[in-house]
Amino acid sequence: MKTPQPLAFETEIHEMETIVSKLEQVPAIGGNSEEIKRLRRELTGLIRKKYANLTPWETILVSRHPARPQMMDYVESIFDEFVELHGDRAFGDDQAIRCGFARFGSNKVLVVGHQKGHTLKERQACYYGCAHPEGYRKALGKMKLAAKFRVPIICLIDTPGAFPGIGAEERGQAQLIATSILEMFRLATPVICIVIGEGGSGGALGIGVGDKVSMLEHAYYSVISPEGCAGILWKTANEETKPKAAEALKLTSKYLRDFGVIDDVISEPLGGAHRDPREMANTLKNYLQRSLRELAVHSKEALLESRYQKFRRMGFTLEASTGMTSPAM
Amino acid sequence: MPCPKCKATLYRKDVQAKFNVCPECGHHMPLSARERVRQLLDEDSFEEWFTDIKPCDPLGFVDRIPYSKRLVDEQRKTGMNDAATVGKGFIRGRSVVLCITDFQFMAGSMGSVVGEKLTRAIEEATRLQLPLIIVSGSGGGARMQEGILSLMQMAKVSGAISRHDAAGCLYIAVLTHPTMGGVAASWALQGDITLAEPAAMIGFAGARTIWNTVRIELPEGFQTSEFLLEHGFVDRIVHRHDLRTELASLVDYCEKSQS
Ligand SMILES: [Zn+2]
Repeated sequence: MKTPQPLAFETEIHEMETIVSKLEQVPAIGGNSEEIKRLRRELTGLIRKKYANLTPWETILVSRHPARPQMMDYVESIFDEFVELHGDRAFGDDQAIRCGFARFGSNKVLVVGHQKGHTLKERQACYYGCAHPEGYRKALGKMKLAAKFRVPIICLIDTPGAFPGIGAEERGQAQLIATSILEMFRLATPVICIVIGEGGSGGALGIGVGDKVSMLEHAYYSVISPEGCAGILWKTANEETKPKAAEALKLTSKYLRDFGVIDDVISEPLGGAHRDPREMANTLKNYLQRSLRELAVHSKEALLESRYQKFRRMGFTLEASTGMTSPAM
Repeated sequence: MPCPKCKATLYRKDVQAKFNVCPECGHHMPLSARERVRQLLDEDSFEEWFTDIKPCDPLGFVDRIPYSKRLVDEQRKTGMNDAATVGKGFIRGRSVVLCITDFQFMAGSMGSVVGEKLTRAIEEATRLQLPLIIVSGSGGGARMQEGILSLMQMAKVSGAISRHDAAGCLYIAVLTHPTMGGVAASWALQGDITLAEPAAMIGFAGARTIWNTVRIELPEGFQTSEFLLEHGFVDRIVHRHDLRTELASLVDYCEKSQS
């Protein structure tokens, strides 16, 4: 496992981690001495304290951590099998959205998700997780296939946003996202969407309409990136304005649950998913199993009706007739 | 006033009489929702719905000024509660549900009120089995000041359109300058038929975002109505003065035959 640059706010944690692991390797001290036990407790305390109070901007940094597990990592660690399905039947095979049938336990599902890539080569091939129109066309095609045979769908969302480029516009970025959002309301099979890292705007929502929409604890989901927001509001995105924008946008999992936009916040291991990908995968797997069981009992009609009503309730308006602020409806 | 396109000096009254189309060069300037109603619907036929839904500030959003203050300023400036106007009316005697987003109000951006009014109007169109016409004009798409709640309006309205469609009803999307971002990536491009006014800017990512990402100068005419027509995303480009006639004709073509 590579060791990426520690995040700036983790400097203290990282220094202590280095000390502990060095001490553990000194035979004279040994892994179980009182000193090491004390240091480990102290380190745990430090991580707990830091991670219980992450600022929105720090959350963004964690969600983008290079060692954070990605869609294909979860495919590997959660599922017993993955039969990848390629291509959109019209233009190509976008590497930023991957799709395939998968099994785990007695469940068979279709997994759809953004892949950002770990190596530079992989990142370039999938545009850092920014999908083109063909990615959304591919995803929708495979989701319709799954729905045809009532195979449940799991969407793992992790994108800074849909790709902004000339080719993407020429090939109808807005059109394909619009079509995907609309058609997802008709998929007659359970759909579970999990924001596992970055939930970047329309690019995220393009595979984000489901019966359950949840987030990992340190993921974010936002209408605009903090960089984009800072650029509009303060003309420039820098180290001062980006955190301000992240704060203003209220884009962390806790806020989104309070707004009624997501169903659940899925806890991450102490210090974030990147500190213990295996534990994260286990937690996610349990959550998916539970959700699949929950959704399996509903008829097709009930499922589509409650999916509609779920999004129907979102938003806050003020109505003169009631004179109060309330969620829409 | 000078025409923003050809710079010809124009009399405001002449421009208004032509629904904000430049008499010299044909440039289409933004048109308020009220004028749009007058342009498209039979006189006095518009029955406006859900006028008492107002915006609030669920995020407590503050940029240069607080969003709650911005809303009051915009309301005072435009005389509207928010950017959407919805209701029922007649186009040359044909009953339709009409929704308009007005560029004047926070660049026609979509927050909870726009989402809610559109959704209710679409649900009414479904219930009444009426054709739906949405005239979109939106600079930024989703309204940043309402954060994730704005993004979710894209889904909410899309859900309502999917049901209107499943009920066998017609939806004609009319794209005006500009229709960008989250508005383009949801209801504006979900029509059975997509019409656009000439030279409107329509697209997903803004020019600045594209430049920041790929550092390529955008080609002439990029993201215009004509560009979308050429690439296959628009059915027809329609001059504002022909829009009412064209809409009436399309509604007739898509009327269910009684067999
Ligand atoms: Zn002119």
